[in-house]
Amino acid sequence: MNLNLTLKVWRQKGPADGGHFETYAAPNINDDMSFLEMLDVVNEELIAQGKEPIAFDHDCREGICGSCGFVINGRPHGPMKATTVCQLHMRNFHDGDAITIEPWRAAAFPVIKDLVVDRSTFDRIIGAGGFISAPTGAASDANLTLVPKATADLAFDAAACIGCGACVAGCPNGAAQLFTSAKVAHLNLLPQGQPERWSRVTSMVNTMEAYFGSCTNFRECEAVCPKEISIDFIAKMNRDFLQAKFRDRRKLVNAEAGEDAG
Amino acid sequence: MELDAHIPPGPIADKWDNHRFEMKLVAPQNRRKFDIIVVGTGLAGGSAAATLGEMGYNVKSFCFQDSPRRAHSIAAQGGINAAKNYKNDGDSVHRLFYDTIKGGDYRSREANVYRLAQISTQIIDQCVAQGVPFAREYGGLLDNRSFGGAQVSRTFYARGQTGQQLELGAYQALSRQIELGTVEMHPRTEMLDLVVSNGRAAGIVVRDLVTGEISSHSAHAVVLATGGYTNAFFLSTGAKGCNVTAIWRAHKKGAYFANPCYTQIHPTCIPVSGDYQSKLTLMSESLRNDGRVWASKTKGDRRKANEVPEGERDYFLERRYPAFGNLVPRDVASRAAKAVVDEGYGVGDLGNGVYLDFADAIHRLGRTTIEQRYGNLFDMYAKITGEDPYTVPMRIYPAPHYTMGGLWVDYNLMSNVPGLFVVGEANFSDHGANRLGASALMQGLADGYFVLPATITGDLAGQLNTQPLPTTDPCFQQAEAAVKEQINTFLTINGSRTPDWFHRKLGRTLWELCGMARNAAGLQQARKEIGALREEFWQDVRVLGEGESLNQSLEKAGRVADFFELGELICQDALAREESCGGHFREEHQTPEGEALRDDVNFAYVAAWEYAGKGELAKLHKEDLEFEYVHLAQRSYK
Amino acid sequence: MVSGSSPRAGMAAPVTTARRRHVSRAWIIEFYGSAIGKKAVMAITGIVLLGFVLVHMIGNLKLYYPNAERDLNEYSRWLRTVGEPALPYKGFLWLVRGGLIISFILHIHAATTLTLMNRRARPVKYQGGRSYAAADYAARTMRWSGVIVGLFLIFHLMDLTWGWRVVHPDFVRGQPYRNIWHSFSPERWPVSVVYIIANLLLGLHIYHGAWSLFQSLGWANPRFNSWRRGFAGAFAAAIVVGNVSFPIAVLSGLIDDPVQPKDTEAVAPATFEAPVWTPAGTGSTSRGL
Repeated sequence: MNLNLTLKVWRQKGPADGGHFETYAAPNINDDMSFLEMLDVVNEELIAQGKEPIAFDHDCREGICGSCGFVINGRPHGPMKATTVCQLHMRNFHDGDAITIEPWRAAAFPVIKDLVVDRSTFDRIIGAGGFISAPTGAASDANLTLVPKATADLAFDAAACIGCGACVAGCPNGAAQLFTSAKVAHLNLLPQGQPERWSRVTSMVNTMEAYFGSCTNFRECEAVCPKEISIDFIAKMNRDFLQAKFRDRRKLVNAEAGEDAG
Repeated sequence: MELDAHIPPGPIADKWDNHRFEMKLVAPQNRRKFDIIVVGTGLAGGSAAATLGEMGYNVKSFCFQDSPRRAHSIAAQGGINAAKNYKNDGDSVHRLFYDTIKGGDYRSREANVYRLAQISTQIIDQCVAQGVPFAREYGGLLDNRSFGGAQVSRTFYARGQTGQQLELGAYQALSRQIELGTVEMHPRTEMLDLVVSNGRAAGIVVRDLVTGEISSHSAHAVVLATGGYTNAFFLSTGAKGCNVTAIWRAHKKGAYFANPCYTQIHPTCIPVSGDYQSKLTLMSESLRNDGRVWASKTKGDRRKANEVPEGERDYFLERRYPAFGNLVPRDVASRAAKAVVDEGYGVGDLGNGVYLDFADAIHRLGRTTIEQRYGNLFDMYAKITGEDPYTVPMRIYPAPHYTMGGLWVDYNLMSNVPGLFVVGEANFSDHGANRLGASALMQGLADGYFVLPATITGDLAGQLNTQPLPTTDPCFQQAEAAVKEQINTFLTINGSRTPDWFHRKLGRTLWELCGMARNAAGLQQARKEIGALREEFWQDVRVLGEGESLNQSLEKAGRVADFFELGELICQDALAREESCGGHFREEHQTPEGEALRDDVNFAYVAAWEYAGKGELAKLHKEDLEFEYVHLAQRSYK
Repeated sequence: MVSGSSPRAGMAAPVTTARRRHVSRAWIIEFYGSAIGKKAVMAITGIVLLGFVLVHMIGNLKLYYPNAERDLNEYSRWLRTVGEPALPYKGFLWLVRGGLIISFILHIHAATTLTLMNRRARPVKYQGGRSYAAADYAARTMRWSGVIVGLFLIFHLMDLTWGWRVVHPDFVRGQPYRNIWHSFSPERWPVSVVYIIANLLLGLHIYHGAWSLFQSLGWANPRFNSWRRGFAGAFAAAIVVGNVSFPIAVLSGLIDDPVQPKDTEAVAPATFEAPVWTPAGTGSTSRGL
């Protein structure tokens, strides 16, 4: 079945430009198309008309790289649960629909162009402690440390985060709690992550709070997360952060060194 | 130029150890005197940059994505092989080595593959130490599964997202080095040229994709980890941004391109649904563990799958390969599906697929078990097609997935251009003519974590107390000027077709004439068509906007231009290789049963192509493959 | 070596200045300096305030006792004298009040600073509007319900604690029963309306807050997670039903008129021991409440 749609798309030349909505017709859209394929078609038509195509980030189009993402009708990644825009298919829309498309909005994600935003603040959060310091070559046999299956599964649930930024985009406060907590939980749950547990959470949270808003438990992040990461991980991060505050400072020396390094 | 693979002497099991001992070292206090450029942040590039940073080198890392975490390694689903033998089922380094050589249809280097098998076990140790959440047994030990038809369970996995977890592990290690200042990260930056000075790689020219700024970076060594070139086919399982530009421009600066015609077509992808299709989605190979592949026995059968009675179904893989059945290697399964569809037995509205049916497995194991094993894949399939694979069989068709070919490298992963190293899918090294399932992740990480850091050190030791060429050197200035000129050309042609239009057309030609099955006439025709299309491209492409800001059309145009030239080389290589092996199937060379027929007497070599100038045919250099430890035999999966 | 290096446009700038480098600061400042620390403080002060509203509501249920006037006034006197002679007169009351005042101030300060931080984190709103997937009305209106309840609190104090003449001309110190009865009397119906609306908003505030505090303090466990929402709902409902019932009971005449003389307030606490009025109206139909 083919759909005739009206798109209201945010166009912004660059970071300094104010930006505005433009309206485009998207006729004869095959409902087997993905949302991004629909935009491809619109872009080809725009180029034919001599207009610059709509810029949007995308790469794997399999819902795993986390490149794509914008707000569709007021909802990050659009109306479908657990679905990135590249996996959102047009059969979920109706003929005659008007669709509003807007970039992620957050001070930490400045718009670069149209729907493309700069998410490098996420990389900074990971750099602050989202790792296990295990230099290449130093590892012991993989089966030396047992990890209970339930723990590994839970750590995986957290590690499934694709870093797309929908949690920040959806959060009324522009907070990055879900993203940060997913990495904190992934590593803090595993035995390999224990030595840096307290310094990790301290350092990552400090960096997060330098750029993003605070969590007031709206649960919007969890609802729009394409990987359905649970807010239970936010609670875990809060607990670890608070516990770290009550620990002997001498044992947190890494975190403090990390803080100074920034 | 004579191709010397620099394979160390001695028994195969001792080569790597001996070689590491023989190589020169760089003392820790001297490492900070060396600058290394690493392009690409997938498994190979990310792990290499992180490890080199840990060792103390000054590393500059580049990726075109907005974050190093997004490289396409992240999309690998199935798993990673390692000869741990945790399952006590007879695995060993030697068996993994043997299986990989055989799986590659005897077109890879023994020494490299043996090293890969040796290192495989260290990779798992390293990744577990980093916190990669591999699947576990209830007792807390690592779980393994059999993958891609292997007769041992040697595949480690993290649900259907193994690549993601390994990529994040490398990314996290890299992030740590970035924060520590040993690695300088340049995201959203695309390499557009390699600079060679006095025969040695001196640096690269890049474009900042946000500001459009062209700049040069020099170093003591350049590492390319920029992945494969499947997107030459336009429709592939590659990410939209995957491209050949970095290695192609290095090729044009003198690096040999090896075995470009070895392209892997993955059997289980979702078929094309229409002209607008922008990419193809892989359904993990693991699905074939429980799914049965079939098509109707009636030509042009448009009945719904459930309406076709059991007796009218042709389980063609089980019929043709009774021993391996649905688990035959990728190339074999792909060609079988193609044959079925070509003969008019294809299923689905467009008749362009075959069924992968889970009805038996659901009946035997229960829906819950199937859900646990493949739930995320089934969900993905349902999202894309709008069909429920629990009740209706999946439709699948082969799609370009991986390229075994790439820049030629020696045992040290150094190309024929000194100082230029190539790792991961971007090089040609370890998979021969066909890659086995769960081996790409293994190779990428082996190269990045273990092989390259050792061998690059051996090379750099000879460069101690030399300075990298200043970027003000005419070499850099000329390269920058050429890059700028090309960008300017694109912006001023102002033709009538978009880069995507040309890319799609190139892809269709390659897929039809140089895809799963090739013949001389078709390949010659393909070369002619691609050449003509290339000419048209340079006359008629339309790139709007400017060069000084984010311009995705401009990025595409540059990549498509390189795909054209590569496409011609793929056809040239395919034409020259008068045999069938692995992913390269020449219709002229098959057994009476339609299986690939190798010619070990005349073609047991690596074809390394030297760029001979614009519009000229590339020049062939051969590296003969010698097999001392594996007996060459025709692969049989019957 | 690099040629050319212009700063890239569009890089994010920190939204708070309180970034890192607080190693040497006092522990409590460092703790409170972080947003998670502030949220923990909000949660703990929230628990204190929840405890208060619950006890306050339960205390006022004495309005429904058979000897409501005597019991309520007696209870209020007890609050002033409890702990004597170890504590001075009203000593316990001021301890509690001190705790509550500190909690209020911290709760409000944390909320304000976090709100400002959150505003800075999204300087440009969604121009095409928003569609919420999970955030309920209570969560989205926390700031407003909080502000309104805070304003109401001041009114409530003026009305029934301080007894400002402007607000409550007939206020009699030491006679809470009479004061409540009078404040909610039908001719002062707007007071009841304000009271009811404020308590509905308080209920909304609690509905989110009493759930949210578990998250803020990191109390999440599959064992009790499903109960958190129910707990918050039940708590909010109890407070709303209890508090809203008081003005309704007075307005609808279910509460007996006070009989204690107005001037008893002047009587010294010691002499108040002897009842100077006779409990009356015991036959009222309202007793069943």
